[in-house]
Amino acid sequence: MTIHEFLSPPADSARRTGPHDRIVMSSRVRLARNLRSLAFPGWAKKAERVKALESIRPAVESLPQLNGAFAESMDNLSLLDKQILVERHLISREHAAKNAGSGLVLNKEESLCVMINEEDHLRMQALRPGLQFKQAWMAIDQVDTELERRLDYAFSPELGYLTACPTNLGTGIRVSAMLHLPGLVLAEQINQIIQSVNKLGLAVRGLYGEGTEALGNVFQVSNQMTLGEVEMDIVERLNKVLLQIIEHEENARGMLLEKKPKIVFNHIGRAYGILANAHSITSKETMNLLSLMRLGVDMGEFPTADRALIDELFIITQPAHLQKKFTEKLVAEERDLLRADMLRDRLRHVSRPNPKTPGNGSGSLDKRN
Amino acid sequence: MFCKQNPAKVHLTQIVEDKMQKVDLCEDCAKQKGVNDPAGFSLADLLLGLGASQEIAQSSTGEELKCPHCGFTQTDFKKAGRLGCAQCYTTFAEGLEGLLKSMHKGTKHVGKVPQALRQNRDLNDRLKHLQKKLDKAVTAEDFELAASLRDEIKNTKEQIDEMASS
Repeated sequence: MTIHEFLSPPADSARRTGPHDRIVMSSRVRLARNLRSLAFPGWAKKAERVKALESIRPAVESLPQLNGAFAESMDNLSLLDKQILVERHLISREHAAKNAGSGLVLNKEESLCVMINEEDHLRMQALRPGLQFKQAWMAIDQVDTELERRLDYAFSPELGYLTACPTNLGTGIRVSAMLHLPGLVLAEQINQIIQSVNKLGLAVRGLYGEGTEALGNVFQVSNQMTLGEVEMDIVERLNKVLLQIIEHEENARGMLLEKKPKIVFNHIGRAYGILANAHSITSKETMNLLSLMRLGVDMGEFPTADRALIDELFIITQPAHLQKKFTEKLVAEERDLLRADMLRDRLRHVSRPNPKTPGNGSGSLDKRN
Repeated sequence: MFCKQNPAKVHLTQIVEDKMQKVDLCEDCAKQKGVNDPAGFSLADLLLGLGASQEIAQSSTGEELKCPHCGFTQTDFKKAGRLGCAQCYTTFAEGLEGLLKSMHKGTKHVGKVPQALRQNRDLNDRLKHLQKKLDKAVTAEDFELAASLRDEIKNTKEQIDEMASS
């Protein structure tokens, strides 16, 4: 079975729901583990990496949680396949660059994904829609406990699980969530939030890197420190911080609607106008505008669209997903045309935004009463 | 500046618990260090290539340290910001200590422990505890208690040996 036959259709994966999924798109807990006797993947020679893969892969595949999983060596996946996995947030970009000697094991629900010979011998992650850190931690903790019986982990009583990079030492845990924060961005409060989150020793990254202005107003928040703290404390701290960010985002949306409704409606209306009518559009512009439409859906401006449709468009308008639909190799300009065609088609039945101001029902003039 | 070759164009600042860390990079280094990579960038990683390796280099006495297990050296660490194998943590322990302190909440692991080791640790703790009780009993000339403690110690030791051989 190929990875494409295995992966859920984007329409299905966009329909997964979880607590607070209006703002928290997904939660992830990742553990880094290594074998005691072999060099870390970045330093190991190819033969040694292959040896590690050959001992790890069957151990992972034999786990009951990964029964019926998709397992493949990275050299058997095409560049396009790997890019699609990156766009689905199932593997890292670093892992996508790997070939022989690295592997991937992914379960059917796409809730467990194990990268073999990424930066560490094992990078195992549990994914959940919405805010579900505890569930994700429990799931991956179980996988890890099963695996430790089958593999000889590099562990020191003093330093914990030994990792290629000292930044992951100890618990090897990274707890992270993808957040959609258009309200905080529009209200220009996002930098304040990022700064205070940083002060707590947590990292904020954009969906696709590049400074702090995240594409599609999507941000990733994660812990950085892994040594000297119990896993559950890290999980709970992240959870608390996330609940606060959610509250700030909701407040920002409420404040914008109350004080600057015209600015919000203008953004959303223009986003719809362009997405539903453009004949050429880049991936970056698409994401930024889809984010505004998603905000519009949350605010009830699009009675004929649901969030799942927007989230599906988020997935299928990305370069590799778009390319996959066509057999001939497309250059960026051609993709922009096809992306626009796709968006016009999918938004054909979505009627124009219908703004509702709190109180007076129709957003006529932007004056406070 | 990071590589001390090209002019710095990427400037990063990160505040962790009121400590400010700054790094200036040229475009090539930024790319190489994955600053544009959404999956794995953190300033601590970057600082690794910088302060960390220097710290490690300083800790050695003249000759360059080399991991006996995998052949990894300080120079390699400077280049990669990653270690070679699990053994490297012992080889470079001295130089790593300060780095870990600045990077993490503590320098001692308090989280999950593999089950096999946990049992072993529990048994060892028990052994120490029994030994103390035995010493006390002997001092107090309570030979009846001492005899039973000696049996318990023997049992515990056997359990530890059993685990080691399995």
